[in-house]
Amino acid sequence: MANLIVSLSPHAHGTDSVEKNMYGVIIALIPALIVSFLYFGLGSLIVCATSVAACLLFEWAITKYILRRERTTITDGSAIITGLLLSFNLPSNLPIWIILIGALVAIGVGKMTFGGLGNNPFNPALVGRAFLLVSFPVQMTTWPTVGQLGIEGYIDAQTEATPLSVMKTAIKTGDASVLDRLPDSLQMFLGNPDAAYGAGCLGEVCGAALVLGLLFMLWKKIITWHIPVSIVATVFILSGIMHAVNPVYANPVAEILSGGLLLGAIFMATDYVTSPMTAKGQIIYGICIGFLTLMIRDFGAYPEGMSFAILIMNAFTPLINNYCKPKRFGEVTAKN
Amino acid sequence: MKSFTFRIGGVHPDENKITAEIPTKEAELPKQAIFPLSQHIGAPAKPVVQKGDKVKVGTLLAEAGGFVSAPIFSSVSGTVAKIDASVDASGYRKPVIIINVEGDEWEEGIDRSDKLEKLSAHPELTPEEIVKRVRDNGIVGMGGACFPTAIKLTPPPTAKAECVIINGVECEPYITSDYRLMMEHPDEILVGVDLLMKAVKVDKGYIGIETNKPKAIELLEEKSKDYPHIQIVPLDKKYPQGGEKQLVDAVIRRQVPAPPAIPVNVGAVVQNVGTAFAVYQAVMKHKPLFERYVTVTGKKLTNPGNFLVRMGTPMSQLINACGGLPEGDNKILAGGPMMGKALPSIEVPIVKGTNSVTVLTDADAHRKEPSPCIRCAKCVSACPMGLEPYLLATLSAHQDWERDEQEDIVSCIECGSCQFTCPAHRPLLDNIRAGKQTVMGIIRERAAKAKAEAEAKKAAEEQKAAK
Repeated sequence: MANLIVSLSPHAHGTDSVEKNMYGVIIALIPALIVSFLYFGLGSLIVCATSVAACLLFEWAITKYILRRERTTITDGSAIITGLLLSFNLPSNLPIWIILIGALVAIGVGKMTFGGLGNNPFNPALVGRAFLLVSFPVQMTTWPTVGQLGIEGYIDAQTEATPLSVMKTAIKTGDASVLDRLPDSLQMFLGNPDAAYGAGCLGEVCGAALVLGLLFMLWKKIITWHIPVSIVATVFILSGIMHAVNPVYANPVAEILSGGLLLGAIFMATDYVTSPMTAKGQIIYGICIGFLTLMIRDFGAYPEGMSFAILIMNAFTPLINNYCKPKRFGEVTAKN
Repeated sequence: MKSFTFRIGGVHPDENKITAEIPTKEAELPKQAIFPLSQHIGAPAKPVVQKGDKVKVGTLLAEAGGFVSAPIFSSVSGTVAKIDASVDASGYRKPVIIINVEGDEWEEGIDRSDKLEKLSAHPELTPEEIVKRVRDNGIVGMGGACFPTAIKLTPPPTAKAECVIINGVECEPYITSDYRLMMEHPDEILVGVDLLMKAVKVDKGYIGIETNKPKAIELLEEKSKDYPHIQIVPLDKKYPQGGEKQLVDAVIRRQVPAPPAIPVNVGAVVQNVGTAFAVYQAVMKHKPLFERYVTVTGKKLTNPGNFLVRMGTPMSQLINACGGLPEGDNKILAGGPMMGKALPSIEVPIVKGTNSVTVLTDADAHRKEPSPCIRCAKCVSACPMGLEPYLLATLSAHQDWERDEQEDIVSCIECGSCQFTCPAHRPLLDNIRAGKQTVMGIIRERAAKAKAEAEAKKAAEEQKAAK
């Protein structure tokens, strides 16, 4: 007679899986990846490939030789995401050895120290980036101009100021006319490679590609709208007020389209592990990230505040989870 | 068609209603029928027959063992073989009455004709009389929970019933027994609803049916034209719409507060369509509850179907009638795949609450390998009670009962939506269920202790006063 299996209910299971979600995010990153190849050519390819390969290698080695686990976790796709996101936050001419250090910090310190996927308090890619930014400030803030597709664009690139540094200059000098050097908003959104000041990290030069990724993730129900929308809305409203009061602060559309704001709002802040669990908590988290980003951009030492804002709010996530509970069934009736 | 649904959470499992359009057949009589004494919530029934007694179809075998209890009737004629213990759906050995079947002789007084008896033709049926007949004929909730119906029909004085809501949702995958009942006996169900409404003294009744059963909605809407107080409510296809609290929310937009509140606290008395049918038969036809509609189904069964089954029939007989167990690993469920119980033996009998025998084979019979929680919060959005399953499961695994209670673990209805939706395949409900039972035990203990202390104090004061 065949075996009878006994277990507790439920006996049915949905078709969702960790891998489906992770590879979904990777698919959502592809448009931005393609755009970065088109704009930065070989340099972008080197940075991306190094970062992803290094993340996979470090995760595999740490799981096998330090944690001594039997099952490797590199197939779940999360290390690939960390590698891609890390590379999206780097300039396209960054030396390979710096990328390797970034990947080691991201995977080793940011993720595996805490036990691997699901246990890290901070977004691993951002831990890696933050470490590189404070350790190698010069290399991390020289941005090759877009359009240098060959190997010379990697080894000996022409560099340029980014829109964010233009904004910072305007605030420092108190001269609003500096802002006229910003490319127009449509060019920033579509990422026109001929535009002046189009330089930046790999993943942040084209807003349209990132929004395409967001739509894909919303359609596939990988993430919800709460975090990206609350970050962008907060930045828009707050910078709108600041721009209206004092025009040395850039206009709200430029604030949203410049730097890593969209990349962070769509792909980094929405990281499952490090963001709050309830809709209410996610909105609070998003508002705080938007607020902190603007504060660092306009009043802090760094031109970009997105990654630090996300890391700070990652630390607050457990606290937000503690105080933001979903609305219980029957709560409304009970109060009446 | 405008349809409604509940407001929090929910999931969409594959329907797999393979037996939906197969008309119901009468199952063969068993050679031996097994009657567990505990087929309902509450005290087990007390046997009133002895070994060697001759019984007929409809003979009382065991009387109610307390206020929350229900009598049990024979579904066959024959001789009481023994009163013994046997494995039931819980996997434990429980007391049962076993009857050797001889012939098929019915008790006199049971009306076996097909004539439809309407409530308007029976002015003698007062609410009290209806409740009495429901109680005396052993009617319990037929949806699976098996709560004695008569108790639900006599709400506590603190609550006032305003409407009767009939559950024709059948949101569990695979099961089609309620659907077949609605297609085959719509008139009887409507009279049953009429009786239930009269019993709780309300003049509004709703029948909630999911839109994946358009034929049933159409048929009942047609038939209910003669019953202006009964409204058919189409509901979106979403699990667990058939949960009592979710159904009340979907139909009358009221949310039942956390336990110990029950639906009647917001004015609703909820009954299953199967119960409405059983009430009709009990009150109008003097027929005790001894047979029911059962779906026997499974993707790999050669010949699945819907059956009218005498209670006490072993499931093995029904499975054999459908072509026998498929090759390979099987999981046999009393109920559907979301909330059904996996059985340790196929000799378990059909009881009052068995709406389906579902056979899951091979890959479907096994759980998927769990991996670490990625904190995606999909369980939080799936929970129909607005709880945080990931948190409750972790707290329970850490045995932090105090925080479990603070996080409202006792509100969990064990629907399994969290575990169904979890991309990491974590055994969330296993942990939550263990935590919920422990916390409920702690709450009961605390209440008992507080009561004892209050009584001791009162006694001491009285003693003092006497001096």
